[in-house]
Amino acid sequence: MRTPRSYQTQAITIKQIKLGEVDKILTIYTPEFGKLKAVAKGACRPGSKLGGNVEPLTYSLMMLARGRNLDIVTQSQTIDGFLVLKNNLWYTSCGLYVLELIDSFTVENNENPLLFDLLLDTLRRLCQADSSEIVLRYFELHFLHHLGYRPQLHRCVICNSPPLPTVNFFSYSQGGILCSRCSEKEGEPRPLSVDALKTLRLWQDCDYATARRVKVKPALSSQLRQVMHGYIEYLLQREVKSMAWLEELRGS
Amino acid sequence: MISCKPVANLVEAFSKLPGIGPKSAQRLAYYLLRRPDEEGRNLAGAILALKEKIGLCSVCFNITDCDPCLICQDEERDRSKICVVERPSDIPPLERTGKYRGVYHVLHGTVSPAQGIGPAELKTEQLLYRLRDSSVAEVILATNPNLEGETTAMYLRRMILPLGIHITRLARGLPFGADLEYADDMTLGQALEGRQEF
Repeated sequence: MRTPRSYQTQAITIKQIKLGEVDKILTIYTPEFGKLKAVAKGACRPGSKLGGNVEPLTYSLMMLARGRNLDIVTQSQTIDGFLVLKNNLWYTSCGLYVLELIDSFTVENNENPLLFDLLLDTLRRLCQADSSEIVLRYFELHFLHHLGYRPQLHRCVICNSPPLPTVNFFSYSQGGILCSRCSEKEGEPRPLSVDALKTLRLWQDCDYATARRVKVKPALSSQLRQVMHGYIEYLLQREVKSMAWLEELRGS
Repeated sequence: MISCKPVANLVEAFSKLPGIGPKSAQRLAYYLLRRPDEEGRNLAGAILALKEKIGLCSVCFNITDCDPCLICQDEERDRSKICVVERPSDIPPLERTGKYRGVYHVLHGTVSPAQGIGPAELKTEQLLYRLRDSSVAEVILATNPNLEGETTAMYLRRMILPLGIHITRLARGLPFGADLEYADDMTLGQALEGRQEF
């Protein structure tokens, strides 16, 4: 059977770069095909029909035509422009962080509908002005799970013993927690308080409605953020640039 | 392969320009070869002058061949208004409207977290310094109406707000010749919010 010359898909634009004077190369995330790159011809022209429908942080219904190298976006209609999120600097930056993680960890043409749903839900949660820290940590834990990097938080990754109600450790290289005895064999594992471990375990296993009810104090929130960011950057083997921007906004 | 070295060098130089491929570069080089010597010298002189004489204005950071630039030197300009733009190429279209008589500030980019471009890489600190030291009454944020332009505008608003200066943003809505049916939610929403008495 011949492949159809054009196809329709839902897509969230995660990145765009200019191509020539008026065109754009989009990186989109779709439920059926995973990450794709496509050309939006004339998208930079003021009267373009694509224009705002293909901006990053936009959920659209797109029609694409198969191209020789890259597919071409022929039509795009916004389903959700996440306007609440785009009108707030902090939430926009959180959204850009989520998009950078998706772009950095995924490869093209590798479908992952669960990851698409998680991305869409996360952007909607940010629009509801929920605690952005909970939204982001919940996203990070489940994002890693969908990609096969789920951290082991229930047993020591070396001796398989359950953690004791005392300070345990998190090993980036082992991808999970270490008991205090095994931590001595590791290089420099990150200490993880009892509350931090309990919170991460709960968020990893529960649905979002339960996760958002957890009250997290600033000190604990900071600890959770540092552990997750350290683990993500270890997996990626490079820094996540928008993470530094979020830190800058937190400080200003 | 071009055996004549000066022509080959020129073809190579032209093909490095945006939108010029090897064939177009070759056509341009042979065209110049056929033209009078004077024309070639003028072109070479203009390119040299571009690199040797053009610098940034120490006040507004627009490109200029004199410091301060002609706009900043102009006594008739309203210095109580500063229009903040992304690039020097954004100034001529604003000037062409003939509706703005204030001065400018060029950021030389936008905040782009995913590319690691933060305010430190732009002329934001210089803008804040300018605002603290002068009697500016209004700052017009004229960054592009896209995600990066909006992020930059929101960041600047956050930094300028404590200074008590009136901040405005260029109006957004439907461009002339556009089609309502194809307008995105954000543009149409803002066009509705900014509707005017007719």
